[in-house]
Amino acid sequence: MIEVQHLTKRYGPITAVDDVNFRVERGEILGFLGPNGAGKTTTMRILTGYMPATEGRAIVAGFDVFDQPIEAKRRTGYLPETPPLYPDMTVSEYLTFVAKIKRVPAADRRQRVGAVMERTRVSDMANRLCSKLSKGYRQRVGLAQALIHNPDVLILDEPTAGLDPKQIIETRRLIKELAGDHTIILSTHILPEVAQTCQRVVIINRGRVVAVDTPDALTARLRGSETMYVQVDAMGADATLAAMTLQRIPGVTRVVESDRRDLVVGYEVESDRGRDIRRDLSRVVVSSGWGLLELRPMRMSLEEIFLELTTEEAAAAAPVAEVPVGEPVNG
Amino acid sequence: MGNIIAIAQKELKSYFSSPIAYIVIGLWAFLYGWFFINILAFFVRQSMQMGQFSGQQAMNVNQQLIRPLLQNVTILDLFLLPMVTMRTYAEEKRSGTIELLLTSPVSDFEIIMGKFLGAMALYTVMLGVTLLHVALLFKFGTPEWKPIVTAYIGLLLLGGCFIALGLLISSLTKNQIVAGMVTFAVFLMLWIITWIGSFSGPTVDKLTQYLSIIDRLDDFNKGVLDTSHLIYYLSFIGFGLFLTAKSVDTERWRG
Repeated sequence: MIEVQHLTKRYGPITAVDDVNFRVERGEILGFLGPNGAGKTTTMRILTGYMPATEGRAIVAGFDVFDQPIEAKRRTGYLPETPPLYPDMTVSEYLTFVAKIKRVPAADRRQRVGAVMERTRVSDMANRLCSKLSKGYRQRVGLAQALIHNPDVLILDEPTAGLDPKQIIETRRLIKELAGDHTIILSTHILPEVAQTCQRVVIINRGRVVAVDTPDALTARLRGSETMYVQVDAMGADATLAAMTLQRIPGVTRVVESDRRDLVVGYEVESDRGRDIRRDLSRVVVSSGWGLLELRPMRMSLEEIFLELTTEEAAAAAPVAEVPVGEPVNG
Repeated sequence: MGNIIAIAQKELKSYFSSPIAYIVIGLWAFLYGWFFINILAFFVRQSMQMGQFSGQQAMNVNQQLIRPLLQNVTILDLFLLPMVTMRTYAEEKRSGTIELLLTSPVSDFEIIMGKFLGAMALYTVMLGVTLLHVALLFKFGTPEWKPIVTAYIGLLLLGGCFIALGLLISSLTKNQIVAGMVTFAVFLMLWIITWIGSFSGPTVDKLTQYLSIIDRLDDFNKGVLDTSHLIYYLSFIGFGLFLTAKSVDTERWRG
């Protein structure tokens, strides 16, 4: 549905987007993740035909955005970073205007405007001036605008920015609902959002794609070993001794003391990949006469992956095997 | 065509839903009324004096009232049209709505024509105000209507030139105030460009006469429809809109 080939955009000496390649299949939600100034917005602007690329091609819904811009734009809905609202129009006036320039046939306009207002939950604001809307409503009217011509492709630049938690959840659900009929690219800073809404993630840094994968695969790829967090009440026993006891459990490769409050000590226990040590771990703790307060698997969060991939040293060696956390107590 | 109309309607609507249209039309009506009263009073005094001295021929309403009156409309154009055009592109760029227009299935030409026609529509409303006064003259006198029609054609064309130029200048900046000031300065320059002619050689004189968009209006006011003037005005408008299109396009490339 969307195909980006060797896309490059230079502003004078600055390269904003550097040889970016990716594909998005029909009905898929692709997350675009990267720090500020990474080239997310530039890439999206090229895809929507707002600006041309310096090099490379972008094909949206079967049309080259540079050679057949009108055809490509007819099939694209775009929500820019700041919703493009006209302050002196009411919401329904605004959506009717957008419907006109997006070439919604005159007979369907009224129905489409009503439908998208319903869908984005802005119907109660239909006669309010856009300048009087709260940030959350502005964002949703922006989304309504992008949906008005029922486009094949939706490009959303930070669709949840500035919303309150309830609205964020609603918007994410809406985006997920839309995925069936529309192909969606969304950019965000908020990492859990990607994990929750997107099927695939493109991580972009300094204009370059550093990783393209599913959120799960990305997590797995960076997790060289399984890590458990276990919190025990050692009942006065020596903490170092407890760590050594844990170390002796078969499969455990490393035990790191991560926190300690009085007699309650938390350990991060690393083990070989694919080996479930939870049963052994709990039995050892209990049979040693300690109190087992907490036992849970630790996962590398997308935040950590993100930092990992976008910090320069790590970017050079993408498939990182080991991710040391904290100070080792017992080697 | 549908897109052009949609954008022109949107432009016109936004003039009237913001204070701009009301302020511009209000100021226009007030200042034009001032011109009208004074020129009319002058005309009445002149004709009374003329009447006292012998039985000379009566004064001509067209020549001595309507012509100077409509000539003064160009002054109003100079001051008020920058207010109409300054926001057209600058405001869209500042608020980010230009992203909506440029990512919609609408060509740059359609956007520009829409904006041009929207501003022209407002200008036509403004000229409509002046017709009220002219209508009064028809009630109390017998002016000839043909030179009035050509004068209005001239005013529409002149306004078109100013608006095309104003659009171009607005497309070059994000700041309305900058757009307004530069537009005013450029209009004023076009106005006084012929001044240098009297101090310089014949070539410069001819050149500046050619560039002056105000002087051509005289013929329209006299009731003369000269095709060379028509072509001059129309190509001025066309060139202005063409440069606006190029300006929007380079903006895209520069990002």
